[in-house]
Amino acid sequence: MLEIRDLHASVEGKEILRGIDLSVKAGEVHAIMGPNGSGKSTLAGVLAGRGEYAVTAGEVRYKGADLIDMDPEERAREGLFLAFQYPVEIAGVNNAYFLKAALNAVRKHRGQPEFDAMEFMTLVREKMKLLDIDSVMLSRAVNEGFSGGEKKRNEIFQMAVLEPTLCILDETDSGLDIDALKIVANGVNALRGPARAIVVVTHYQRLLNYIVPDFVHVLSEGRIVKSGGKDLALELEEKGYGWIEADGAAVHVPAR
Amino acid sequence: MTVAAAQDLYASRFERFVAERGDQEPSWLWTIRRAALDRFHALGFPTTRDEEWRFTPVAAISESVFKAADEVTARVTKAQLAPYLLRQVSCTLLVFVNGRFSPELSTIHGAARGVVLSNLASVLQTDPGLIDPYLTRCATFDRQAFTALNTAFAQDGAVVHIPANTVLSQPVHVLYYSTASEPVVTHPRTILVAGDNSQGRIIEMYAGAEGERYWTNAVTEIVAGENSHIDHFRVQRESLSASHISSTHILLERSAVFAQQSVTLGGALVRNDINARLSAEGIECTLNGLYLGNGNCLIDNHTAIDHAMPHCASHELYKGMLDGHARGVFNGKIFVRQDAQKTDAKQTNQVLLLSDDATINTKPQLEIFADDVKCTHGATVGQIDAEALFYLRARGIGRDEARAMLVHAFASDVIDRISIEPLRQALEEALLAYLPT
Repeated sequence: MLEIRDLHASVEGKEILRGIDLSVKAGEVHAIMGPNGSGKSTLAGVLAGRGEYAVTAGEVRYKGADLIDMDPEERAREGLFLAFQYPVEIAGVNNAYFLKAALNAVRKHRGQPEFDAMEFMTLVREKMKLLDIDSVMLSRAVNEGFSGGEKKRNEIFQMAVLEPTLCILDETDSGLDIDALKIVANGVNALRGPARAIVVVTHYQRLLNYIVPDFVHVLSEGRIVKSGGKDLALELEEKGYGWIEADGAAVHVPAR
Repeated sequence: MTVAAAQDLYASRFERFVAERGDQEPSWLWTIRRAALDRFHALGFPTTRDEEWRFTPVAAISESVFKAADEVTARVTKAQLAPYLLRQVSCTLLVFVNGRFSPELSTIHGAARGVVLSNLASVLQTDPGLIDPYLTRCATFDRQAFTALNTAFAQDGAVVHIPANTVLSQPVHVLYYSTASEPVVTHPRTILVAGDNSQGRIIEMYAGAEGERYWTNAVTEIVAGENSHIDHFRVQRESLSASHISSTHILLERSAVFAQQSVTLGGALVRNDINARLSAEGIECTLNGLYLGNGNCLIDNHTAIDHAMPHCASHELYKGMLDGHARGVFNGKIFVRQDAQKTDAKQTNQVLLLSDDATINTKPQLEIFADDVKCTHGATVGQIDAEALFYLRARGIGRDEARAMLVHAFASDVIDRISIEPLRQALEEALLAYLPT
């Protein structure tokens, strides 16, 4: 589903990603871990089409097509979803209105008929239960005045409604208390399936207790320095990132 | 045409006006008109050397010839007005074509006892005493050349008089429509008087045939009595080639609650002066505005809120969106006089610049002479939030639609306060049509 080969990306002339190789197949859950500044969020941003990142080398193929060539909205319509680390507050845009517009943009692209208000609400009500979203949240402006936990739940709620094929979760766990973490994980797990891939970007192992990954990759200095199974996350938790960084120092550009 | 020649033109036109209509109006009005014309002559058209007009050159007016309404021909059908009428509302509609009342295009629904829904020309003939206490009472012309010119020439305009203790259940819709064979100037004069404890909603709308060049020089006087509740909707949808100069003078009495939403969608040269005087205690005054500019237009809003007495509140929110080479000007004055303790005044001005060439000059101007007051002001100028745009696009919403959503959201603060549903809908549609696609 997703093939990343030797991906280099920079922001404002500074290289952040220095040759990422990653292959994600349908049905798999990958966790990408790493210390602050290792390039985790940059990778998520590049995949979603954030404008400020320039891809300087390498390629990303999504469902066989060149992802880098696509506009952010094209990627979303093709089933790529980024759950934002910092969801944006958009005053004056109603949450339900926004979500309906997004859903219909995706449906239209898939050749499905657009949902009217009734059909939309039927779908949304079901997903609201899953993420413990109340109707007040739906009638408010997008993320405006939401608590940190509400924002993250709203991201996964959108994901549940849009039913993407590739889900990228950018530090969705940060700032969540254990109850919110469970709700969010529950929402993500409900989406797990043979046709869908999930990439969980996280700093901490905690989320991976609830969303159990098939593969764990460790990012450092813009490269994947170690890959393994779910046990790798536990090892990292125990030993800290220093272990990987020390381990990888011989083959990588020294720390700045 | 030179500025001096244009000024002379209005002087000679005035003499013709006196000769034709001298015996049709009360003598006190002629005294005022003569004084106003003299004042206009002494002041001349404003120039950018005048602080109040620093960013607003008026050459489009002062160097052009505009015919008087009776020198041109015009034919307007109801169908032409359809885009400006409210759907599904049986409200009174007062239509003025080139500044003159059109009974055949108007619909006057029976209102409560004593309510006057009429026009200035009729009232001056039948019952001049009704407006004697109000006409020119608020709109001074000592320093305002355009108001002076209007006062000299104003022949017609809506007169709405709500007696004390009376509620107007339906809104009153006043529509000034301009279209003519040649560029025409109109001087509409609107008088809204709300008695003590009265209540009403008034729409004052300006529109014109698209593409036509003309000049509207409007003056509105509003007197809101004690404890009255008045909602005033000022909607300007002139031709994009028109000049629109207006001044609205609002006098609020004790415990009056007055709210104005001013929406500017049209005009090439636009200047709105809104002056509110809070003359007694307990008044609540809201002045909101939304303006959209594109092309080479210039939209200038000057507001002045005069807190003369204690325990009054004023809220002001002006939002502008400027695209193309549009220029915007906002000047918000708030005076808090020495007696006006416990004043609560809030002013916000926000501008969205949608292109690199659009400009705004914004200036809050607070003059506070009392020491126990709360006054805040803030001005922001920005572009469309790139983060928000990316967020919407990352959910599958196309770039243009996402942009439209954000622009619409920006305007919603003002649009949402329009409590007359068909008017709000019509403005939403106009707003969406305006947006770049």
